[in-house]
Amino acid sequence: MKLLASGNEAVAMAAFDCGVTLGCGYPGTPSSEILDEFSKIGGNAEWAPNEKCALEVAIGAAYSGARALTTMKHVGLNVAADPFFTIAYSGTPGGLVVISADDPGMASSQNEQDNRRYAIAAGVPMFEPSDSQECYDFLCEAFALAEKFRSPVLFRMTTRVCHSQCIVDRRLAAAPLPRKATSFTRDPKSNVMVPAFAKIAHKRLRADLHTMQEINEEGKFIIEKSGSAELGIITSGISYQHVLDAAPEASILKLGMTYPLPVENIRKFAAGVKRCLIVEEGDPVLFEQIMAAGIKVENKLEEFRFGELNVSRVRKLIAKDTTPEPVGAPGKPPQLCPGCPHRKTFEVLRDLGCIVSGDIGCYTLGVMPPFSAIDSCVCMGASVTVGLGLRHTLPESEAHKVVSVIGDSTFLHTGINGIVEMVYNRPATGHVVLILDNRITAMTGCQENPATGRKLDHSPAYAVSLENIVKGIGVDNCDVIDTTMETEKFAELLKQRLASNECSVIIARRPCILAVAKMAKMGKN
Amino acid sequence: MNKVTNIIAAGLGGQGVLKITDILADVIFSAGLDVKKSEVHGMSQRGGSVSSEVRFGEKVNSPMVPAGEGDILVVLDASQLDVARPVLKKDGIIITPADVPVEKLVTPKALNVMLLGALSAHLPQFGEELFLAALKRAFAEKLHAANEEMFKLGRNK
Repeated sequence: MKLLASGNEAVAMAAFDCGVTLGCGYPGTPSSEILDEFSKIGGNAEWAPNEKCALEVAIGAAYSGARALTTMKHVGLNVAADPFFTIAYSGTPGGLVVISADDPGMASSQNEQDNRRYAIAAGVPMFEPSDSQECYDFLCEAFALAEKFRSPVLFRMTTRVCHSQCIVDRRLAAAPLPRKATSFTRDPKSNVMVPAFAKIAHKRLRADLHTMQEINEEGKFIIEKSGSAELGIITSGISYQHVLDAAPEASILKLGMTYPLPVENIRKFAAGVKRCLIVEEGDPVLFEQIMAAGIKVENKLEEFRFGELNVSRVRKLIAKDTTPEPVGAPGKPPQLCPGCPHRKTFEVLRDLGCIVSGDIGCYTLGVMPPFSAIDSCVCMGASVTVGLGLRHTLPESEAHKVVSVIGDSTFLHTGINGIVEMVYNRPATGHVVLILDNRITAMTGCQENPATGRKLDHSPAYAVSLENIVKGIGVDNCDVIDTTMETEKFAELLKQRLASNECSVIIARRPCILAVAKMAKMGKN
Repeated sequence: MNKVTNIIAAGLGGQGVLKITDILADVIFSAGLDVKKSEVHGMSQRGGSVSSEVRFGEKVNSPMVPAGEGDILVVLDASQLDVARPVLKKDGIIITPADVPVEKLVTPKALNVMLLGALSAHLPQFGEELFLAALKRAFAEKLHAANEEMFKLGRNK
């Protein structure tokens, strides 16, 4: 069955068609649509509170023999890195695939880290699809490889692969593979990573990677296009598509499985061309590995390390042309929606001259005029703890101005630990944490979270109470207020809390206007 | 020589920019050609600049239109013309709201469909019936009649 599908949709279809029993993840652009789509076509999918939880649930599912998928954006794998590194040692009997959706160019991210480095660092095999068809085909291959070696597989996508639509042949649509039968087999030597067992597992992992390289050398995941003997290009992922347009005359070696690399194929290819250039988006990950194998290849100029590649940039990369690209007038930057409940909150923070330790979500847009009311933003959950660090060290008069601002989903993701830190290591001036509770994970397209009272598929679920969490941890004050309807009252309350030396949480609660519209459309409230 | 045609739609978040290219890509797919569509989601949805690109031909590689190679640019908001212009080739076609009878719009939300109508007139290789069928697949039934009317107003201006 042929259809038009984005990379994310193709992954969802492949997951369904190759018998994935459970998909779990945390929303993050550009990965968010995968699990929504998997659920829509009949898959069993859930949003976890964060990526570490998601990967661990997937690990448990794969211990039972089920095929499990976990999805996240690139920075999400930082949160899930702890289980990721050790599950590389122990592995799981059921196939386990970890999707990392990287964002070169930072269309919607705080950094452009290249997660191919995680495959190398953890010793986990990696696939890099270059279009929606490969998303479909490689995901099926990834599960087969994962089960053959009892190893997790890293499936590294990028923004353009996730969101570009191409024609996909959904080969298995007519006869999807059944879900695997599950049972628990006791196997502590494989599954309990105490040092004695982990030492054995690490050696097994390195030996397996060697065998995986041999499989990669067989060429199933390699596309070789013979062209000019003058110019050979080694590439992977979306860069391959740009290279086809930018250098139709070149010889091309396109790699689908980029860890462990098919070094002998690369050596042969490089020997057959006069100039062998690596064209890859982001970090020189292929380049460094290939050079380390003693193969002389040419890296792109440093300037092409930043941002996305495209056909024009690949042409210039090949020509070593560093003249600036033609740019249009600056576009209109994104902003908080008219009617957004965060607007009044940020007006008050601005007018009170607060030092605002911010976090990741729509509300990061509070940094833009007319609010200009965010002073730092590092990563998910950092608002609370960075604010505490400021409180500990600033002179008293300034310390009293520090407020941490965090969204509901981000609070549940990694903000809770910060509240524990706050009541345990209390700053002398106390602290104020503002939870912007708009009842949805808005930034990434209005996904459900553990506090919305609905599961991923919007069916009813237990609603975690934010106030019960912070009261249970032991804050001095917890107030709930609608800052849009009670702006004056909110300003007075905030002033009072800032002047005290107490540890306070204020929950600014009012639903996201986009979520209200979306839920009304679906007949949910 | 494999000729690839490049179409770009640009506007502001909430204007239905992506819907235009969704429908166009569906039309091209139903006509049996290779097609790719590219855009960036996320932050751009919050009222900021949004653009989306469709490339089609016998075989399409990169999903992104190279700078200066766009054949047709459709802008839903005049402010986005200068933002998107570098992607258009020198003699490329520009379609703006000034080219369609916007005074006849049943709702400002239907501007995207009216502009799709205007765009369709520049793509004679795809018959009107392909566009009308794709329009129906893209919207709820209660909107079909109004959309067809808006599309035709744009197409037959």
